[in-house]
Amino acid sequence: MRLPLLQRNGRQPSRRGGGPWPHVLLAWPTLALTVLFLVPLGIVTALGFFRRIPAGFFEVGFVLDNYARALDAFHLERLWVSVTLALAATLITLLLAVPFTFLLTRRPRRSQVPYLVLVLASLSLSEVIVGFAWSLLLSRTSGISNLLVMAGLMEAPVAWSPGLWAVILAFVFVALPLAILSLYPTFSRLDQELPEAAGTMGAAPLVGFVTVVLPLVRRAVAATAALVFIFVLGAYVIPQTLGRPAHWTIPVHITDQAIMKNHLPLAASLAVVLLVVSSLIAVAIVLLGSGRLARAEPAGRAP
Amino acid sequence: MSRLLRGALFALVVAYLLAPILVVAGVSLNPRQVLFFPPEGLSLRWYGAAFTDPNWYRPAINSLLVATFAALIAVSIALPLSYVAWRYRVRYTNVVMAMGLSPFALPPVITALGALALWIVLQSYGRPHTVVLSHGAFLTTLPLATLTVGLQNLNPQLVEAARTMGATGSAVFRTIVFPYVRPYLIAGFVFAFVLSLNEYIIAYMTVGFTFETLPVKIFASLRYGYSPVMAAISVLFFAFAVVVFTAVGRAGDLPRLLGADERE
Repeated sequence: MRLPLLQRNGRQPSRRGGGPWPHVLLAWPTLALTVLFLVPLGIVTALGFFRRIPAGFFEVGFVLDNYARALDAFHLERLWVSVTLALAATLITLLLAVPFTFLLTRRPRRSQVPYLVLVLASLSLSEVIVGFAWSLLLSRTSGISNLLVMAGLMEAPVAWSPGLWAVILAFVFVALPLAILSLYPTFSRLDQELPEAAGTMGAAPLVGFVTVVLPLVRRAVAATAALVFIFVLGAYVIPQTLGRPAHWTIPVHITDQAIMKNHLPLAASLAVVLLVVSSLIAVAIVLLGSGRLARAEPAGRAP
Repeated sequence: MSRLLRGALFALVVAYLLAPILVVAGVSLNPRQVLFFPPEGLSLRWYGAAFTDPNWYRPAINSLLVATFAALIAVSIALPLSYVAWRYRVRYTNVVMAMGLSPFALPPVITALGALALWIVLQSYGRPHTVVLSHGAFLTTLPLATLTVGLQNLNPQLVEAARTMGATGSAVFRTIVFPYVRPYLIAGFVFAFVLSLNEYIIAYMTVGFTFETLPVKIFASLRYGYSPVMAAISVLFFAFAVVVFTAVGRAGDLPRLLGADERE
């Protein structure tokens, strides 16, 4: 998947071979990324087939037990919960991030800066701190329900965490800054006069936004949706701290098996299943955005 | 969209992003060891504790060390990679580039599990360099993104002109490319640094409690006993990020560093 940020815009010098130099320069990046990124993924894939040794880590082998367990009824149900939670959070995030980023990029550059600083600072906040902060915010003793009681809107303070909405609210909190930053380059390169043009042609602002702006940014929105979906699906701390066991997602079980139960092969097979499922859904989202899956629809209207 | 609707949306997003940190800030001011909001009184003792209690400042020092070296590694991978991708035509560049960008296209827990498996196989699980290297590779995406944006904004005619005047490859890099991309390089370093400082799951799976970083320490306290020090530290983290990104914004053009066009 490509971040929208990195789409080439053709402003490059004429590229050329360059002899041995580029290979020398690439040696360290290639080595580092192969050893630290590609090899670990390979090990995880292989590990799913290895045998667990109760007292140690694992021994090399080829067994299918781990995958059988990763795909049993319990873990499939966990997978379903993880995917639906992540999709719900992605949808809510986009409903906020798309109009917000659009309006933000219509402002003068200088006045965007404080918002960008807030977005960057929120994005960098540790998932651990986010989990802690939301558990306070939604708790009975220190939550916003206390403020609502003071304002006379509620009888007594209540605890909203742990719970389903606590997990979703915190997911949206971590996803929102990521979505805004991912949409930002495409949105800020949109012609400033587009919506005004739609306006002078008589379109209502919201209609102009939906019919003129959205089609232009569809790909970026889809890429952002895929990015956010994967990010949220891989979160561990938030479902662990803000959810009940019923909301524990696959990453909670992966970590539990890998660290607490010392069952790395099962953790690895769960990770591979999660990787396959998340990639398939992310690709489907990106295809949806490029219009390839929706092409049948306008064809019906052709004369 | 009407002005009212626009204002409401901005207020909603800003409130959403600020509300948790405001509650945490309120809780951090409690004079007693309680987590009340609104606070019972006003005291800064937990901020003092964050700096004087070795249970808290040791993990903080660990985190700062990890973040510094991890960000240096991320930049050392991203700079040659983005430069070669921009300047030369080498077939496998795209493959290396894809490796540099894909950590953010994987659920983070999988990257962490991969790191755990790698360091177990290399028999160095728990040693400090493991988290530094794994963070470095994971966070390469950030300087790679900022540097790619920077190079795209650099006018290629400058390079062509220098080349026709007889400048060698390294002279072009030293005198034109590097000075131009320096702000993007610094921004990429800062992003990687701040994210490493806050990263939990990879740190937990590579070094865990043997070389405790601050997020790992906070998570442990989250499970085995809350303390207002956690709130004070969270506020310090957020304030640090705001200061750092404001400084980046002062030194350079933040919208442009994040991918807006070069106009204005």
